[in-house]
Amino acid sequence: MTNIAVKVDDLTVAYNYKPVLWDIDLEIPEGVLMAIVGPNGAGKSTLIKSILGILKPLAGSVTIYGKPYNKQRSLVAYVPQKGSVDWDFPTTALDVVMMGTYGSLGWIKRPGQKEKKSALEALEKVGMLAFQSRQINQLSGGQQQRIFLARALVQDAAIYFMDEPFQGVDATTEIAIINILKELRKANKTVIVVHHDLQTVPEYFDWVTFLNVKKIATGPVKDIFNDDNLTKTYGINFKVSVQE
Amino acid sequence: MLGSFAVLRKQSLLGDAISHAALPGIAIAFLITGTKDSSVLQIGALISGLLGTFWIRGITTKTHLKSDTALGLILSLFFGFGMLLLTFIQKQPNANQAGLDKYLFGQAATLVESDVWLMAIVTGICLIILLLFWKEFKILLFDADYTKTLGFNTKFIDILITSFIVLAIVLGLQTVGVVLMSAMLLAPAAAARQWTNSLSFMVVLAAIFGAFAGVFGTAISASQTNLSTGPVIVIVAGVFVLFSFIFSPSRGLLFKQLRIIKNRRDLELHKTLAFMYHIAETHDNISHPHTIKILNNFQGYTTKTLKELEHKHYVTIQGNMWSLTEEGFKVASNLYNQQNAKDE
Repeated sequence: MTNIAVKVDDLTVAYNYKPVLWDIDLEIPEGVLMAIVGPNGAGKSTLIKSILGILKPLAGSVTIYGKPYNKQRSLVAYVPQKGSVDWDFPTTALDVVMMGTYGSLGWIKRPGQKEKKSALEALEKVGMLAFQSRQINQLSGGQQQRIFLARALVQDAAIYFMDEPFQGVDATTEIAIINILKELRKANKTVIVVHHDLQTVPEYFDWVTFLNVKKIATGPVKDIFNDDNLTKTYGINFKVSVQE
Repeated sequence: MLGSFAVLRKQSLLGDAISHAALPGIAIAFLITGTKDSSVLQIGALISGLLGTFWIRGITTKTHLKSDTALGLILSLFFGFGMLLLTFIQKQPNANQAGLDKYLFGQAATLVESDVWLMAIVTGICLIILLLFWKEFKILLFDADYTKTLGFNTKFIDILITSFIVLAIVLGLQTVGVVLMSAMLLAPAAAARQWTNSLSFMVVLAAIFGAFAGVFGTAISASQTNLSTGPVIVIVAGVFVLFSFIFSPSRGLLFKQLRIIKNRRDLELHKTLAFMYHIAETHDNISHPHTIKILNNFQGYTTKTLKELEHKHYVTIQGNMWSLTEEGFKVASNLYNQQNAKDE
């Protein structure tokens, strides 16, 4: 029996009157590379943000390795949507990656040589070492996404949450990112990704959660990634042929 | 200095709202105590400024209203209430009342030594806090959600920044006044942003711009009679901003335009050269002369570009014939390779 990395119980989130997430129960085993799929407005980003405590849920609880999330923060890293920040902010690529070390540093203490070294290592992993002193507004969309990924890698967490890391990146970057994710899985890390491209789910991921306000299904891709669940989630008759 | 944070948070109007919100505080403080002692009035300003700020935050988080709506609402509400109180005070038989309206447009001449000391001390505290929490301020400004996941109390950092912006504004009120205070906060920061891409340098630069605007403005208004200091300081700061917008090397309008013109000219030149290369390629002797007539505008040809190509020794011109030189051929073929490489 593998460990449960993330456990979500009865999570309900609402903006105003309309529930965005309804009574979600979710168990994510350790060491899986999981996609969260669902139509626009299904609450995929909301689910991640509620697990991470960015949004306050109406009800429900989240535990990380059996303990409440706010005691286990150092085990969790987050890659937000690229569009969520102002890329005209006056700072460099290396500076952004260094922000990944701020959490372990805590209040007031400044990053030093050790933090810089791990930031440079993360930049190298995502193939952006040459761009370390580049202004972030002079990076392409794919490069910005890699910087965000590097920032999460610096945290050296056990669980990674990523909100649409493949959004608006070219094929080269997509392959580079997925290779890093697969490496993380090899190191027995748990990676949870909000994903839009259904075609690539069987190729990239080994675990999948179908979400549309309610949880439709969750489990291994080879067992549950089928037309039936896709139709239940997206509401139309879906024909995605799943490779055997 | 603190203006840098307001500008980067896209909360530029907050300064305006705070300074206007401070007005009723000044009036109420006067009504209660009956003194015109500036520190008493400033405490009043601080309280109502903070009150206004937190109402704005409350409105934006609890209702559907956008922050600019909330800002505008609170700004005019507090300012209107302040003006009401001011006119009420003016009707009162109290000799002390004159001069309270100085807070509207500010008057540096009303500053006394103790005010200056107070400003210096508060600025010092602001500096220390800024240095201590530099890392936290920076990350909150860039990515608030992410900051939260790292375990920082974002609300605390946010309140800290906002409180210091309010404090800075209240202290500046006496000099520049309610109406112009936000310019004082934002102009140096906006100007500084044009010159640098580093947050720390931007903050330092904004402080320098602010200080210079203060010194120059005061000097100018002192040298002329009938020029009140506050507006002059703001105009000087405005000149800094204008200058920065036009002349900054990387973001300025002037250099941007120059770069565009230069790029366009280079492109024309390359196009002509590439066309010439195409023709010359078909001949064994690359310097075989051709008539100028076969060139036209579609290949980016103008008399000027031809002259420039000759000037660069890429072509030679004899009468109405041109021929590529060895060097021109080499440059053109490299140009072509580069373009090909890019296409792939």
